Amino acid sequence: MVLLQIHEPGETPVPHDDDKGLAIGIDLGTTNSVVAISSDGKPEVLRDEDGQALVPSVVAYAADGSAVVGGMARQLLLDRPECVIGSVKRLMGRGVGDLKSLAGTLPFDVDTADGGQDTELSMVRLKVAGHRLTPVEISADILKALKERTEEHLGGTVDRAVITVPAYFDDAARTATKDAARLAGLQVLRLVNEPTAAALAYGLDKGAEGLYAVYDLGGGTFDISVLRMEKGVFQVLATGGDAALGGDDFDHAIAGHFLSQRAAGRDAGEGSDPLTSNEAKIVLMTARLAKECLSRQDGGEWMLGMDGDPSRHALDRTMLESLIEPLVERTIHICRGVMEDAKVTPTDISGVVLVGGSTRVPLVRRKVAELFGAEPLADIDPDEVVAVGAALQAEALTVGSDTLLLDVTPLSLGIETMGGMVEKIIPRNTPVPVAKAQEFTTYQDGQTAMSIQVLQGEREMTDQCRSLARFDLRGIPPMTAGAARVRVTFAVDADGLLTVVAAEDTTGIEAQVEVKPSYGLTEEELSAMLHDSMKHAAADMSRRLLTEARVESERALMALRAALEVDGDLLSAGETSELEKVMAQVEEANAGDDRDSIAAAAETLENASRPFAERRMDRGIRRALGGVSVEDLEQKTEQLEKPEPVAAKARGL
Amino acid sequence: MTDTFSGNLENTVAQTGGEGPGPGPASVAACWSCKGPVSAGALFCPVCEAVQPPGQMDHFQRLGLQAAFDIDPDSLDRLYFDLQRRLHPDRFATRTPREKAFSQSQATSLNEAYEALKDPLRRADYLVHLRGSGVLREGCNQINDPVILMEAMELREALAEAQTREEVDRIATETEADIADCLIGLSAAFRGNDLDGACGLTTRLKYLTKLADEARVHRKALAEN
Repeated sequence: MVLLQIHEPGETPVPHDDDKGLAIGIDLGTTNSVVAISSDGKPEVLRDEDGQALVPSVVAYAADGSAVVGGMARQLLLDRPECVIGSVKRLMGRGVGDLKSLAGTLPFDVDTADGGQDTELSMVRLKVAGHRLTPVEISADILKALKERTEEHLGGTVDRAVITVPAYFDDAARTATKDAARLAGLQVLRLVNEPTAAALAYGLDKGAEGLYAVYDLGGGTFDISVLRMEKGVFQVLATGGDAALGGDDFDHAIAGHFLSQRAAGRDAGEGSDPLTSNEAKIVLMTARLAKECLSRQDGGEWMLGMDGDPSRHALDRTMLESLIEPLVERTIHICRGVMEDAKVTPTDISGVVLVGGSTRVPLVRRKVAELFGAEPLADIDPDEVVAVGAALQAEALTVGSDTLLLDVTPLSLGIETMGGMVEKIIPRNTPVPVAKAQEFTTYQDGQTAMSIQVLQGEREMTDQCRSLARFDLRGIPPMTAGAARVRVTFAVDADGLLTVVAAEDTTGIEAQVEVKPSYGLTEEELSAMLHDSMKHAAADMSRRLLTEARVESERALMALRAALEVDGDLLSAGETSELEKVMAQVEEANAGDDRDSIAAAAETLENASRPFAERRMDRGIRRALGGVSVEDLEQKTEQLEKPEPVAAKARGL
Repeated sequence: MTDTFSGNLENTVAQTGGEGPGPGPASVAACWSCKGPVSAGALFCPVCEAVQPPGQMDHFQRLGLQAAFDIDPDSLDRLYFDLQRRLHPDRFATRTPREKAFSQSQATSLNEAYEALKDPLRRADYLVHLRGSGVLREGCNQINDPVILMEAMELREALAEAQTREEVDRIATETEADIADCLIGLSAAFRGNDLDGACGLTTRLKYLTKLADEARVHRKALAEN
């Protein structure tokens, strides 16, 4: 009895059809995004005509809602900042309270008029070029651009992808990423953690074996993962990070410095006007240029030209490093904690792989080398390695492969108990997929409902953790206090996404559940967006259902054929030819595009083959009772005709 | 005489309970896909190769190991990796929703078994539970041995009072040595089928492990001040 599913498990993505279309790998970054493809184990990063692989994750909107993505959008930032938006990944699955301001001003124009809704507890809406957009829609526009880039390159359509996310992304941010892909018309085969993708690319390319650390400092997020690599297995031992710490924060530190210099050069009364969000965008962009320059040279001067009142700002590398040192120290502190979680010391680590553009900053490299006592490895481009890993995994998922990625939950998952305390249900660094059940009971006589809050985080108190969802269990049969047995199962799938299923054990009476996702979009909101953004949403849906029906029906045909080969002697010649006739009808239906006739044919087949299945079961049971185990039979049948010994041996041990 | 008798009785009860809905040795179920016979606990259908839902079995059986405290961590890893290679959802990314769901529950059960057996403390706890189900209902969670209780209280007090890193390190080193002793004792107790002994040692290992964790936190706090 399934009473509730908070995030439907993978909203039944389109199973792959006859088309052997390539699946792509996408690194959807805070600052830049990269797309790559892989065939025959050879990954290729897609570049534009100038050889650029990086697509700036910046979107410019026109009044009619059309979007421009990438370098061109970034160039528009200085002239028309109100139409341009960047770093939107930092807002995925976030509320207004999570946003970082610059001198009290956000570099985003946030829409706070939300019709009485609790804005602290819903996903942010941004005002861009007169439109009101969620970070999910803006990310979808970036994904669409990457999809188009690939389609131009391949000369065909692409609709399946592996998308990478920071390992430390919580459930809300992962769901938001999947939603964005859905809006962009991409089926997500898997969300892969960025450091794990990098390890895959690095390990396969360099044949690395042993314990490795992946230090991934991107534009907006920091991840550190410790992995064991051997013989094609990539086992994450522990992971940690900060989903709101990256190169962007370096920019904020530098920008803050520039602004205080600017204020100091003026009279107290003057220039104390609060920054507009457009000015904040410009100051941050200048700061980023200064940071990038100072990775290559020792000093320089930059100009801020706001209000027709330009000011000049000198900055050298020493000053820069003192500004960002506390931030880099924070990453080092997190690294120590993760090594402790993995029960390893720096000397156990065979190598440290650097990932993310921010690892180009010399101070970062020095600190990492100091911690691990060895020069970090950066012989694969830190900007491209994640996309390469995603492409390799996309190929592994569609074509098949011997490599195995075993990842873990980055954050502990718990529920609120009495007094605002958090009770952990699934601790961090547990291998996924994982499921844990917890039993709840009522504390009042006749209580028919209870409210459960799901939290993610490491702290003890509810308000220090992140609320993922709050849901109500209703329709619990009235009993004396403590008599009801409500079993709630928390499952995290291979994408790192949470599903909650609730069931009342003693009565089997179904309870209704109301789900309020804390920062996500509701299914209705998403459907509305799908409808708005793609006029052919309905056609898409029916195509998805058609493909699903076809895959199911093919699976049934395949299974019946295999059964006929083994137990065909249970049928008379007449029965066999009858069955074959029905099978031919199923094949015919499958070749067509009518979902209903495919389903009808499949049902006819199921009915027609039922007597055959019953005879097979009788034979199996007779043999089992006669002392011949099904395993022995398997071996015989394997010797007969099966090329691949997929039959289970575990039971026999 | 009385002991033997009651022991037999327990056994009988345990067996009857075990035979209920669970799979007996000759148990056969129908494959969800081709509807043919599949022996209980098989991972794949021998005929149509469809992945099956995970059967009821203990963690050792799931990984293909003898139920014992002494296991070689490398072979545990190897067995776990080999099974995950075949069952992990990544192998079923383009299959039907039903196959995906069964692969996910197979991989989930496998992870649960691996996690329970990898760590010696959790393995000891699980094995006591497995061997002694019906005998030791309360498990090994209660410190009812006054000797163990005294030791636990004294060590915790010493740790709480430790002011320098050296003192904390000394307690940590002692604790590590005690943990090593405990593991040797556990191995002998399980081999000799001394369940009471194993249960006592598991309790001791539990608080020693907790103490080692606390020592680590304490040392970190001292280092940061």
